[in-house]
Amino acid sequence: MSERSTEQTPINFLLAGVGGQGTILASDILAAVGLSIGHDVKKSEVHGMAQRGGSVTSQVRWADKVYSPLIGLGEADFFLAFEKLEALRHIEMLRPGGTVLVNDYAIPPLSVSSGNDDYPDNARIERILSAVTTRYYWVPAIALAESLGNARVNNVVLLGALSHFLPHVPLAVWLESVRERVPQRFADLNERAFLAGREAMEKDR
Amino acid sequence: MKRFLSGNEAVAWGAWESGVHVAAAYPGTPSTEILETFAPMPDVYAEWSPNEKVALDVAVGAAYAGSRAMAVMKHVGLNVAADSFFYASMTGLEAGLVIVNADDPFMHSSQNEQDNRRYAKFARIPCLEPSDSQEAHDLVGVALDISEQFDTPVMLRLTTRISHSSSLVELQGVRPPARTEKPPYRIDTTKYVMVPGNARRRHPVIEERVTKLAQFAETFPYNRMELKDRALGIVSNGVAYQYAREVFPEASMLKLGMTYPVPAKMLREFASQVERLIVIEELDPFLEEEIRLLGIAVEGKSIFPICGELDQQVVRECAIKAGLLPPSARVPVVTPEKGPLPSRPPILCPGCPHRGTLYVAKKLGLVVNGDIGCYTLAFQPPLGALHTCGCMGASIGVAHGVAKAGIAQRNIAALGDSTFFHTGMPALLNVAYNRSNVTTIILDNRTTAMTGHQQHPGTGRTLQGRETVQVEFEALAHAMGIQRVHTVDAYDLKAVEAALKDCLEADEPALIVARRECALMPEARKQWMPLQVNAERCNGCGLCFRIGCPAVVKSGELDAKTGRPKARIDPLLCTGCEICAQVCTRRAILFRHQLIENKEQQQ
Ligand code: SF4
Ligand code: SF4
Ligand code: SF4
Repeated sequence: MSERSTEQTPINFLLAGVGGQGTILASDILAAVGLSIGHDVKKSEVHGMAQRGGSVTSQVRWADKVYSPLIGLGEADFFLAFEKLEALRHIEMLRPGGTVLVNDYAIPPLSVSSGNDDYPDNARIERILSAVTTRYYWVPAIALAESLGNARVNNVVLLGALSHFLPHVPLAVWLESVRERVPQRFADLNERAFLAGREAMEKDR
Repeated sequence: MKRFLSGNEAVAWGAWESGVHVAAAYPGTPSTEILETFAPMPDVYAEWSPNEKVALDVAVGAAYAGSRAMAVMKHVGLNVAADSFFYASMTGLEAGLVIVNADDPFMHSSQNEQDNRRYAKFARIPCLEPSDSQEAHDLVGVALDISEQFDTPVMLRLTTRISHSSSLVELQGVRPPARTEKPPYRIDTTKYVMVPGNARRRHPVIEERVTKLAQFAETFPYNRMELKDRALGIVSNGVAYQYAREVFPEASMLKLGMTYPVPAKMLREFASQVERLIVIEELDPFLEEEIRLLGIAVEGKSIFPICGELDQQVVRECAIKAGLLPPSARVPVVTPEKGPLPSRPPILCPGCPHRGTLYVAKKLGLVVNGDIGCYTLAFQPPLGALHTCGCMGASIGVAHGVAKAGIAQRNIAALGDSTFFHTGMPALLNVAYNRSNVTTIILDNRTTAMTGHQQHPGTGRTLQGRETVQVEFEALAHAMGIQRVHTVDAYDLKAVEAALKDCLEADEPALIVARRECALMPEARKQWMPLQVNAERCNGCGLCFRIGCPAVVKSGELDAKTGRPKARIDPLLCTGCEICAQVCTRRAILFRHQLIENKEQQQ
């Protein structure tokens, strides 16, 4: 971490998924974590026209002083893809050699379900990702979330996985930010989801 | 107290802390959250007005009565409110009035990309522009002070990126004490009655006001010179300032917090201190033109694009091309060869009630003049059921014009319930009064869905949660002189078809209210129940794919005879609206009652 000190360069997080998947909540948590550890933070989200089913992106930047609320092309240090196809759609946003975490989950768009387009298979996805970085990781976030009893918390599983790559952020800060932002009765479930994601990455290495 | 707020939330806080008492708006992305944040605050009145002109008139009235007021709209909303915008500039006010206007560069959810700084200049109204949430908060109070000092409405111009990005804001958390007694309404007919004689006297006053404002701008603290390296001087504003700062950390900058009128002396002084002067601004060359009018040589749109949003990447690339930065400044980007990727455009949600109504219109081969709302998305394949969409309220008027022009077939007009109240009502009255045989469908989902489920005069609730009248479209149509009125369940395809046929056979104005609440409303969510395909009956005919529901997907299983993939329903997405089940002629999709019966039999 010492070479990419946040004093000069922000840490940029890109989150991308499909409307209804909880990307906005995840970026809220990520912003809160950045603030808790003393950074200046900017967050930006794109509202499309539809409520459910369209592409959604959200961006968070941490630094001593953040100017632009947006991440430029090739500037994302971490990319959390909540859906596989959306990982491909935005991969050029990643800094070459940056880290991308891909939720192993497909939501086929209409053009696929109506048979006009093909959904890329995992081998093709890996081929494309690896042109930009070798640091790509599959996260079985839906499977982990389901094993905890609720597929919806897959967004927090992904955050847990991300936390593995930010060792300078204390675990307690993550857990507190998660608990503060989810409905109280789901706080324990979300904490378990976070830890499951974090552990999955530890095992993976 | 420090809070992490979006620009919109920050504006609401700024308004509350500077004593805004009355605020009115019509929801529109990216401005919507301002009133949603403001409405629950103590000691305020906030409303959704049926359209932006009404909202502005309401705010003007409050300011005439001595209360600080705010009107909020997206850029195209100011087109609707333009008439009021201009008279308010002429009359001035008794208390501060801030008009918050949110432009949408790149048209994330808009039909055009206008730069409303031009409106400010057009109407001689000062324009303030924040560059982050803190300034969005602070400039509301500043705008109100300027409004009172110079007797003018003030435009606070946001853009999508300011409205919807968040940063830290230092709040006061307190509000000036409310008026304890109610002052009498101050009558001043020469100022407030804009008949020609009075207006002629007011116009020179307005021009003089602009001159004074321009002088004020010279020492306005939000117009700020940051002198560093003198080789390059950048004039910038709003979020573009942040991009410029990021790309040119060492350049000298003149950041304008007031972009109309501009400070001439300050600009001249800045220009004289730097070797090369450029403007970095989104959309129109507004500042560039103002600077050029001062006789100062400047570059801007010859380097940076006029269309769409900027970001640091765009600014950097353009700067490299223009020789302002060395090619080594380029950020390395790897764009892998991806091959064709399926696109994921916004679509009607699974279970959307509009799907059924517009599917029937499509099936009957009708041309539909549409409007602005979720249903606009029905223009896309596979539904492909909507054929025009210009602006709020255009549908009915366009269909009327088509009917009067005389064509072989019959067009129909379709618009939402909220849009009907916005500007559809006078258009329907026109159909009734001038007698065209237009059939209008109100796609009544009981809410303003696209902007996030706001109330309107048909829902029986106000923005601040009070119960209120619930206007009935049927009674309204009757009162306008329309006799042929049907109300149908939008999920009931047969009923929709019967109503449409009845209206099309008749040669008179007609109204169909296709009613079913938006599938995302809490009450509707409680009813969700995923349907299933009976794979034995399904032969992959593909009829159900044509309704464009994202929950209907192709299964891996092929039909033995036709070789076509059978249908499957994604249980995580399906709401159980039964539109697909009604479309399937082979009865291969089980209806809700069938599923319940099956379950009971299994037990
Ligand atoms: S938000 Fe409601 S009205 Fe809009 S597309 Fe979704 S279901 Fe339909
Ligand atoms: S319409 Fe019925 S038979 Fe045809 S593909 Fe759909 S479910 Fe199968
Ligand atoms: S019932 Fe059919 S049309 Fe309705 S949401 Fe489910 S799959 Fe879509």
